[in-house]
Amino acid sequence: MAAGPMKMRATLAGSNTAGVYTEVRVLMTHPMTTAQMKEGLHHIRNIVVKQNGKPVVEAEISQAVSRNPVFSFRLKGGAKGDKIEVSWVDNKGESNSIETAVA
Amino acid sequence: MRFFAGLLCLVWISLPALSQDAKKEIQKYQQMIAEGSPVELFELGGEELWKKPQGPNQVSLEKCDLGLGAGVLKGAYARLPRYFKDAGRVMDLETRLLHCMSTLQGRSVEEATKRVFGNENQPSEMEYLSAFIAARSRGAKIAPGTSHPKEKEAYALGKALFFHRTGGWDMSCASCHGEEGKRIRMQDLPVLHKPEHARPVVATWPAYRVSNSQFKTMQWRLNDCYRQMRYPEPNYASDTTIALTTFLAVTAAGETYRGPGTKR
Repeated sequence: MAAGPMKMRATLAGSNTAGVYTEVRVLMTHPMTTAQMKEGLHHIRNIVVKQNGKPVVEAEISQAVSRNPVFSFRLKGGAKGDKIEVSWVDNKGESNSIETAVA
Repeated sequence: MRFFAGLLCLVWISLPALSQDAKKEIQKYQQMIAEGSPVELFELGGEELWKKPQGPNQVSLEKCDLGLGAGVLKGAYARLPRYFKDAGRVMDLETRLLHCMSTLQGRSVEEATKRVFGNENQPSEMEYLSAFIAARSRGAKIAPGTSHPKEKEAYALGKALFFHRTGGWDMSCASCHGEEGKRIRMQDLPVLHKPEHARPVVATWPAYRVSNSQFKTMQWRLNDCYRQMRYPEPNYASDTTIALTTFLAVTAAGETYRGPGTKR
């Protein structure tokens, strides 16, 4: 059930004078178990955030992150309708991704 | 000696200040977990189950009447518990779902209640459904039924149960939730017979618990209180839990529902 649902929200924030940014908030379903647990080590290893197809965040995640994690990113600039894609890969090779347009 | 007295004085003064800070930090933490809550993942799971054909009749729950008409979800949870004519009794959300599972889907109560409380690896059907349905009442005013005689009866029974001391430790709900300023570890205990305390509680249950990564239903909350008081746990969808839920919801009436919440 590692590849359970994901949910994402991407909104434009800030102001024209101070600079706009894209606020991305994403929820992932994942057990995120550590090596000490009877389920064994199972955690998200990599997260990639793409803005209009271009990778803007590449993150390495450890077992220290909680179950069903939430991440939020602030991306410089952006415009309404931009395509944001977030994908993850875990240490067992399972993966999932979600895509949304900036509102 | 004087030095020690001075030191003591200092400690004495700094204690209330420290607990104020601690409280602020706890509030900050509560806000953070509310903003980044996995509740929405449970809502998605619940929506799937709501639409999934199940049971001998192979139908979904989409025609289930939660009080505002068949399949009407918006604001329905905030109006529960209430009297249902077709069942002849007051029902809370979980009881009503159970009713729909047996009448619409043709499932037996034994089968439908086999696993009502899940765990972090496998949440239960009721937990998913509660999250999905309660979320459709966000922004609605809490307004449970109060006019039907059976609703009045449930409220009166709930109130009596709240103050009724019994069990191995001679406890009542009010033993912990009847006096201001009590807490268990870092959890402040709300005085649940007072509207100003009941409101934020009823407005945020059911809820996701960060400490064990599980979504908890109202029935679970009450069952766990009973367990902690060393009572036998009440049956699922029993008149006892419906009455207590009615008592709490009526006490909190008028508050805007903003759950499902996120708890420590």
